[in-house]
Amino acid sequence: MNQAVLSPEIQGANDSGELSEPVTQRSYWHNFVANNKVGTAALIVLAAILLLATIGPFFMADSNPSDGRDVFASPSREHWLGTDYMARDTWHQIVRGGGSLLVVAAAAAIMSTAISVVFGALAAMIGGKFDATVLTITDVVLTVPPIILLGVLAAFVRLNSAWLLALILAVTGWPTLLLAVRSQVLSLKEREYIEAARMLDLGTTRILFREVLPNMMSYIVINFVSGMTGAIYGQVILYFLGLVSLAGNNWGLMIQQGYAQGALNNRDALWYVMSPIFMICVLQLSLVLISRSLEDVFNPRLRES
Amino acid sequence: MADIANVAPATAMPVEHVQDEAPPWYTRILGSFIFRRVLRAFLTIFFVSTLTFFLIRLLPGSPIEVYINQQISQFGYTYEEARNQAEALYAIDVDKPMFLQYLDYLNNLAHGDLGMSLTASGTSVASIINSRIWWTVFSVGTALLLSFALGALLGMVMAYKRNTWFEGALSGFASITHSIPNYLLAILIIVTFGVRLGWIPFTEMRGATSSGQPVEFSFAFIWDAIYHASLPIAVYVLTTIGGWMLLMKSSTISALEEDFVTAARARGIPEWRVLSFYVGRNAILPLFTQLTISIGFVVGGSLLVEPIFQYEGIGQRLFEAIRRRDYTLLQGIFLMITISVVVANLLADLLYSRLDPRIRSGKN
Repeated sequence: MNQAVLSPEIQGANDSGELSEPVTQRSYWHNFVANNKVGTAALIVLAAILLLATIGPFFMADSNPSDGRDVFASPSREHWLGTDYMARDTWHQIVRGGGSLLVVAAAAAIMSTAISVVFGALAAMIGGKFDATVLTITDVVLTVPPIILLGVLAAFVRLNSAWLLALILAVTGWPTLLLAVRSQVLSLKEREYIEAARMLDLGTTRILFREVLPNMMSYIVINFVSGMTGAIYGQVILYFLGLVSLAGNNWGLMIQQGYAQGALNNRDALWYVMSPIFMICVLQLSLVLISRSLEDVFNPRLRES
Repeated sequence: MADIANVAPATAMPVEHVQDEAPPWYTRILGSFIFRRVLRAFLTIFFVSTLTFFLIRLLPGSPIEVYINQQISQFGYTYEEARNQAEALYAIDVDKPMFLQYLDYLNNLAHGDLGMSLTASGTSVASIINSRIWWTVFSVGTALLLSFALGALLGMVMAYKRNTWFEGALSGFASITHSIPNYLLAILIIVTFGVRLGWIPFTEMRGATSSGQPVEFSFAFIWDAIYHASLPIAVYVLTTIGGWMLLMKSSTISALEEDFVTAARARGIPEWRVLSFYVGRNAILPLFTQLTISIGFVVGGSLLVEPIFQYEGIGQRLFEAIRRRDYTLLQGIFLMITISVVVANLLADLLYSRLDPRIRSGKN
């Protein structure tokens, strides 16, 4: 009994010990680079995309004038990736079109992760009526066709603000993650150190934030990354269906424009349509690979024979 | 020692139960797992269809407004005249409060009547759904089974050949296809192979069948249907197979570590037998619940792919109905989607509780 009571203290000391932190962190990185060549490559690709989207626009002219002659041109020295249906430079749009997509995706992932972690963990910890209510709401949101939910919300809020768009994506994106967090907490709850903390009567909030969640950080990080991929798909679908205001530069918007301007029947439109699709796919692929490598690092059992 | 201690209470439990419980039959039914689960499924269907009923009407622009404006500007009718005409045409009472419309909808639904389509007047929602849904069930269903079978097979091979170039190549393939959404892959295929290279005659492959091909049980018809469905099927398979492969791989790896596998090997059972009957059968169990859940998404999964390929399934009709705000048709299709998702989840839960008795008794 005594030992059981003592163990959370030891556990806590290990978790938050400031002294050992830098060492473990460096070994994480070392581990990651040594064992995850794919993950490292994906990180580099992601960093390149981030750099392109954040710093790139500073090297571009603000306006993207029409070239007048060449509609859907192939790549040339003037236009690295050719031109669009109004003979505007495609490369220009690619450089300027990533920023908003990434910011919205990250914001949406933060919000949906927060919703699902807080409510999923609370549902598992409290149980009973609260758990049942959360589960029912999750069931309903999971079953409502996401397209219609997105469409209605998007119609209500003038989607000029990136934050509102992120909020809408978060509102539709949380259920699967919540279910995963809930089951994870349900299994963590049975561990001895949580039981001990409960016997010490430390209070649900404290147990949740000091004992349970720190032990789930790896899990939460992985789910944050997959939340981002979900938010990127959601945005592209919204653009594709024309439910978001069609102004500015955005990869999703480029795909919609290509589709609407008959690029699917135009032999020359290949470069214009391919460019944003390629960027989105590479971005998604790097995120998926990173989350898989993180899983490997945090859960070494998967790696060894 | 520990084993004995664990076993003793487990065997004692049922005896205790029999002694102190003799509940009436109705409590047993009301308290049973299956009853609670089915009840929850019904409630979910009810909630979701209510929610979609109102959500659809909150979309900006109603079909009647569109029609009224058109009549006024085209033929110079007064607003009153145009509205009367719209009412006669659309069989919807414009002034009726939304809540009463909802009660009407529920009443009709209770009689199994989904109403008439708003934009294709004179055609019932049920007949539109009936004429379209089977093509989607055929194409998405075939793709689901193909992708499941192939993915499970490849995933198992990946688990056995771990840390070889073969596994690396396959898991690279799985990651890449897994990260491309199906509608983007559809556009990619059309733009590169259809338009640019001209390898795929995709204009000829539009529609569910060639025009003039009667629906009959003949080789020509079946071949024609497969020909027209092949592009959507290819897209569905390519974008879902990666998920099955990775799932089966991790499931097989954990099954390989089980004691009974070691025991079977120790008994000298041939390796192929161990891998197929001992490992494979156990590894594929968790995938079956996942497969059941996926069946629920057969109807709704085709929304963007079918319009791109111009395949005449329910997804293409749904795409049109969203754009033209065909309330009744939208309600009908969403009801189909909701029911299939909820029923599939219910089946998955029941299947799972059959496979794992711990679920049935509730938590703890």
